[in-house]
Amino acid sequence: MATPLYLLAFESSCDETSVAVIKDGTEILSNIIATQIASHQRFGGVVPEVASRHHIEQITKCTTEALSQAGIGYDDLAGVAVTYGPGLVGSLLIGVTAAKAIAWAHQLPLIPVNHMAGHIYAARYVAAFQYPMMALLVSGGHTELVYMPREHEYQIIGETRDDAVGEAYDKIGRVLGINYPAGKTVDEWAHQGHDTFNFPRAMVQEANLDFSFSGLKSAFINTVHNADQRGEQLNQYDLAASFQAAVVDILAEKTMKALAQYPVKQLVLAGGVAANSGVRARLQADLARLHPQTELLLAPLKLCGDNAAMIGAAGYVNYLHGDRAGWDLNAVPGLSFDRITPLS
Amino acid sequence: MKILALDTSNHPMSVALVEDLQLKATTTLNTVRNHSIYVLPTIDDLMQKVAWQPQDLDRIVVAKGPGSYTGIRIAVTLAKTLAKTLNCPLVGISSLAAIAAGLPAVTTGLMVPFFDARRGFVFAGQYAYQAGQLTAQAADQHWAWADLLASLPTDRPVYLLGALTPKLRQAAPTLPANVTVLPDAAMVSTFALAKLGAQATPVADVDAFVPDYLRITEAEANWQKTHPGQVSADYVQEV
Ligand SMILES: [Zn+2]
Repeated sequence: MATPLYLLAFESSCDETSVAVIKDGTEILSNIIATQIASHQRFGGVVPEVASRHHIEQITKCTTEALSQAGIGYDDLAGVAVTYGPGLVGSLLIGVTAAKAIAWAHQLPLIPVNHMAGHIYAARYVAAFQYPMMALLVSGGHTELVYMPREHEYQIIGETRDDAVGEAYDKIGRVLGINYPAGKTVDEWAHQGHDTFNFPRAMVQEANLDFSFSGLKSAFINTVHNADQRGEQLNQYDLAASFQAAVVDILAEKTMKALAQYPVKQLVLAGGVAANSGVRARLQADLARLHPQTELLLAPLKLCGDNAAMIGAAGYVNYLHGDRAGWDLNAVPGLSFDRITPLS
Repeated sequence: MKILALDTSNHPMSVALVEDLQLKATTTLNTVRNHSIYVLPTIDDLMQKVAWQPQDLDRIVVAKGPGSYTGIRIAVTLAKTLAKTLNCPLVGISSLAAIAAGLPAVTTGLMVPFFDARRGFVFAGQYAYQAGQLTAQAADQHWAWADLLASLPTDRPVYLLGALTPKLRQAAPTLPANVTVLPDAAMVSTFALAKLGAQATPVADVDAFVPDYLRITEAEANWQKTHPGQVSADYVQEV
């Protein structure tokens, strides 16, 4: 038996402060998550300066808890992994600075991790990865199709041209009177209604693998406003169901198109919106019908949101590939995988 | 006692290593904005030059604000995480006191370290030496520039420690004869910071240690206006 390899992982890219201890990249020994949602709900969305202030209140407390829950000391660690982008710069800086401090104090390797790779690796806790693989990443900040020809290689083959899907959920949620974050409630309402409004499915017919949600969002808002002006009350469940049906169509059809162009062994669904039951069910059904040879890996529900366990899993792979950051590691708010021109 | 002192609260970034009140090594950069890139490499470099290990540190002293919000968070996060992980005492000192401490203890008169907080406001403190000890004469505050000037005494020398931006100068084209502006004194001396920190009581709860912003966020200020009487609750929950 080889000696186990323990990583301490940090995630602070948005409004969750999270620290985890991961064994061999596949086993979560602790995954402390302090969420600021209740704070930002006061403002109807994440306020970056408020987020940064909360992170600094939480960071050492979460670290101590992660280590003690895991029963691991600094001497046991093989390295420190940290999200350095993409995300809010002020938020990222807290995790990056804390990770650097600990790595420096104990002379441990510092492993930089792309937050989006982290989201993909949330699914690593479900099954071992087989390549080539693909990931549909859907969150409040991102909507992208990532092709992975081999381990440690990420290529964006399709992405949103405007709003991220989670962002669209929050915006239409506001129109429906649902507080931020709206995804979960819209999902629940959608199951109580029917797709009666038939909102547009933008770009579904186009050959490219990009997404667009702003047209759908505008159609939704216009429909509600026009009804308001007529003094008419629309059924909120049907509105939610119609919106979600359009979202699910767009996501599923583009993903199936991508799979036809890039045959893969596994498809990962990850990111905050991966918790959406409509999206999960539809991908499951479409995959079984159209690409039965591709295995669907659904990130565990509790790892769909931002957390350090996923950063630890991605960081483990980075560690094995020799990724190391210096003490000058900085936050990179616009960090992104390379975009490649898809085959057509 | 081996002390690491650091300040990234404003444009300059400074680190000092001080042992038994003697300066062993210091570096100040006044040309960069990105303290996140330079502060730990600077610490690492100085520590190697004096052959100290992180575990040798007996005390970490940090300028805890007021200052640029991002700047003070970098130093405070670094300091509190190092203190926690090394189990080393931590001291937070006002960034403004640290500026005043750069002037010699023989200075008589009132020292008023300040820096621009935009929109006609400054962060400023009022300090004086009493029996050789730097003593706050008023709390560090977010002042309207005009109010700060109006509050200054007229019967003793006053030293404004900071650079006047064109806007601040415009708002006060002439200053009373007892008021002298010392723009070069605005640079924090981390050696002076370390000496202040050597005497101060360490932070009791490192986890709860946060910067002194001296201002709530704009979002919270607006929210409080529309939610009078609602006190800030515990908004962060572990899930
Ligand atoms: Zn995320």
